[in-house]
Formats: sequence, structure tokens, C-alpha cells
Amino acid sequence: MGIIKTKNLVFEYIRRDEDGNVEGIKRAVDNVSLDVEAGEFIAVLGHNGSGKSTFAKHLNSILLPTEGTVWIDGNDTLQEENTWKIRQTAGMVFQNPDNQIIATVVEEDVGFGPENIGVPTEEIWQRTADSLKAVGMYAYREMSPNKLSGGQKQRVSIAGIVAMRPKCIILDEPTAMLDPRGRQDVLKTLQALNRLEHVTIVLITHHMEEVIQADKIFVMDQGQVAMQGTPREIFSQVEQLRGLRMDVPQAALLAYELRKAGLEIPSGILTGEELVEVLCRLY
Amino acid sequence: MSIILDHVTYIYGKDTPEERHALKDVSFVVPKGQFIGIIGHTGSGKSTLIQLMNGLLQPADGMVLFEGEDISDKDYDKKKLREKVGMVFQYPEHQLFESTVFQDVCFGPRNLGLSRKEMELRAFQALRLMNFPEELYYQSPFDLSGGQKRRAAIAGVLAMEPDFLILDEPTAGLDPRGRDEILGLIARLKEEQGKTILLVSHSMDEIAGYADRILVMSEGKLLMDGAPKEIFARYRKLEEIGLAAPQVTYIMNALQERGLPVRTSPITINEAKREILRVLRHSTL
Repeated sequence: MGIIKTKNLVFEYIRRDEDGNVEGIKRAVDNVSLDVEAGEFIAVLGHNGSGKSTFAKHLNSILLPTEGTVWIDGNDTLQEENTWKIRQTAGMVFQNPDNQIIATVVEEDVGFGPENIGVPTEEIWQRTADSLKAVGMYAYREMSPNKLSGGQKQRVSIAGIVAMRPKCIILDEPTAMLDPRGRQDVLKTLQALNRLEHVTIVLITHHMEEVIQADKIFVMDQGQVAMQGTPREIFSQVEQLRGLRMDVPQAALLAYELRKAGLEIPSGILTGEELVEVLCRLY
Repeated sequence: MSIILDHVTYIYGKDTPEERHALKDVSFVVPKGQFIGIIGHTGSGKSTLIQLMNGLLQPADGMVLFEGEDISDKDYDKKKLREKVGMVFQYPEHQLFESTVFQDVCFGPRNLGLSRKEMELRAFQALRLMNFPEELYYQSPFDLSGGQKRRAAIAGVLAMEPDFLILDEPTAGLDPRGRDEILGLIARLKEEQGKTILLVSHSMDEIAGYADRILVMSEGKLLMDGAPKEIFARYRKLEEIGLAAPQVTYIMNALQERGLPVRTSPITINEAKREILRVLRHSTL
């Protein structure tokens, strides 16, 4: 069993009117079964309302399955006594960094999590320093979070999770509010955590360019996993992705258009470098 | 009709230890009918700039002129200005509050003191311009999808019938199709309604596809002002300030460096495709 495993996961929202009467039931996650190996970098794509955030909230017990099962590192999320273990195994980062930072000094914010779980003081400082270094924010440790840019704040949020030493970090559109540099810094941070610290990453995003490096991509639609595969497999299916309101990275799109126009370009091109290589051979 | 920024400077926390120049001596003219993209990293002064343009902030030095009048003048009618220069903030759907979409869109025109009929006509027109599904007009805005909410919120600003529309990252958080839909609708406002568009965006691909002109902000200064092709040709300079050109610009430059006789000017997928086909078809003939 992988670090994250779901079997026939179903989640239903019950919609009520002002008087509390049931208006309808919406199935936000519909029969999702998947298995993520420890150390993988996973991306979850899907249009607004496809169920990906609802799915993600099951991975650290914010939501519990209506039907089916979620295991995090072998622990069933429905067993109440597992909740704390699960939250220490799987940390979650959200879209808006301003909603996730609580302290007035960066290092205090990062130390907040370990302090809450009773880590000894010496070790809190050590963990805080280590995690700030891991996200490239150590130089800012004594600053007020107010003075940081969006990307820097988001990296502090990630450091706060890293300080909890989770085996797995789930990020729900962490770059949606960031500028290009902030976005790149956050992405590099995640890749480093994955490669060097072997943290399992589950990245939810609307930005196709961010998932080129992922080991595996899941595309969700109507609460189900509509496509899954490596970035190369997923992004060579341009028409199908567009049908799911998704897109492909620019280089892949240009390759696709050129192939449609009759050039002999192999499928599965993801990056600008690969496309340039192929075009130079054609010339 | 135009907006003119004439040597505008803006300072946050003036005469305090926290004093910071958010804008330094910025000048440019926004004539009617252009689609202008504004780019710059966080803290470069973009938000300050757009807030000055509809009178939410007052310049510390210099002037903001609308139709030839200084909008900082004491007796200048700010209400009239805000009717003509509409502002769509980031995540505008957070400001939806009425019980139906239609009522929400009516909120602006109602405050203008229009007759009920005129107000409702404007709301219908605005919702149509945003291609908002008719069957949802009387739904609660809270039951809509992300993209629908955003379109309803933009319709609320359009119902004021502004000539200038300023949008701060209108596609943030939307899925790729939702982004294309919103941008397509905004482009149509320019093409069919003659509206002037000022769009703040972090996506160079978005800007490349739609803007006639780009303003590049850096550290409170207007670093570049020109056509998208001119701006993106200076991609190394853009990188120095934390920005970049669209990916196709890099691909075209790499192809040229490798000896393909392509022009490096394409900034959109279609332009790049045409240029690559031109060169490759020529070479294989």
C-alpha cells in the first residue's frame, strides 16, 4: 500500500435551504480509487468544480468519506483515533498565504506547529531553522510576514508545514495568487523537498507548466478521475484535455499545432528544448 | 477622451519611518479604445497605479487627468469619474452580496439614481455582454461556479456603462477554459463596445494574445511602454525584474540561435506556427 490510498471514495454535500430542509445532494467526489507511492510528485488537475479540492481535503481528515475509504500511511481516516497521526503525516497548504500565517515574526510562525505538538524547545528552533532553509527563507526569519511578497509568504506557509516533518504535503493551488517569480520559487521549493527530503507532494493547480516535472498526473472531472498518466502521456492528448476545460503547456501546444499542419513531429513533446531539438532535425 | 498620468508620484506612509515611494514620476496616456496590459512583479506599483486612475488614491505629486480635468481638484466629481472608469478588483466575486445575480448587477445602476426600467435594461445588457446564462439570472450568486461568479461580478461593473474598464488579474484562480472565456469576453468589450481595457496580469501568454500595448512596472517606475512584440523582444531585461516573455518567444530565439532563419518576433502560438511552417516548408521544397 502506498502512502496515500483511496478506495471507492465518495463524498456528498447535502445542500439545505434557509430552514434546514434538504434541497439536494451533490456528489463532489465520485468513486475515486488511487494509490500514491511514498516519494512521488503527484499533480491533480481539473476544472473549477471538478472535485479536486474536496478530494484533497480527504487526505488529511478535514473531510471524511461518505462512502469508501482513505488510508494515509496505512491509517484509515474514518478511525477518529487516527486523526492526529494523519495530520502529522500529511500537511496541507492552501491558496491564500494571508489566511495561513498567524504570527508576527516569520520564525515564530514556522515554530507554531511543532510547539503545538509538544516538540521540545531546542528541537523547535532546530526544526524552524531547517525548514526555513529548505524553502530558502532563512534570511527572513526575524522579519514580519507583512513585509514579505506573496511568494515569500507562501514559502513561509510551506516551511510551517515542513517543520511538522510530514511525509506528505498536499498543496491546493498554492501559486494561484503569485507572480511569475513567486510561482517559480514555490515550485522549486516543492521539487527540492521532493528530491532531497523525499517528501511526497500532491500539487493541485490550474497551471499546466507547473506539472511538467511531476511523476504522475490525475485529471479530475465530475468528481471522478478522468485521466491519469505521466505528463507526457497526459499532455499528448490535447483534444481530450480541452474537453475537460484544461490546456497543455505552450511548447506541447505548439508541437501539436505543427503536427496538425503536417510536420513530422513525434507526440509527447513537453518542453521548449525538446521542440527546438526536433525542429532543428527537420530543417 | 483619455486618462493622462502626468509625472505622478505616490508615497505610502508619508512622513513616517515606513515611508515608501510606491510610484516614482510615472507618465503615460491612455487613449480611448486600446487594450493595455500592465505587468510587473508583486510590489512593483501596479495596484497603486490602477487605484490612482479611478481616484481611490491621490498623487503626492503630479496629476491624473481624465478628459482634461485634474481628478484631484477639490470640486471634481469623483462619482462621475467612477462611472466612467470602472474597476474590477481581484477576486471580485467576494463582493457579490445580493440574493439574486440580477439584483446584484442592478446595485451599481441603482446607486446612479436611474429609473427602474433603465437600471434593469443596463443589468440585462451587462449580463448579456458577459455571456451569462439566462437561466441563472435569478439564482443566488453563491450557487454559481467560480467562472460564473466572476462573470456576474464583472457584469456588475459593466452595468455602470464605463468607457474605461480596469481589471486586476481577472483570471486568477480560474481553470484554463474559464481564463480563455473571460479574456475572450473582455476582448469583445473592446472590439464591439469600443471600451478601453486596462488589464493587470501575471500571465505573459494572456497579455501576448490580447494586448495592443504593454506597460511594464518595476520598483514604482514605468520601465517600458510599447507594443507587445517590442516589449517581449527585450526578454532579458524582463527577466532581470522577475518577469519573462511568453514561452514561444524563447522557442523562436532558440531556433534562431541554432541556425534556423526564423524571425524571433512571434509571441503567440499561431504566429509561431506560421513562422516555423514558412521556414520549414521553404527548406524542404
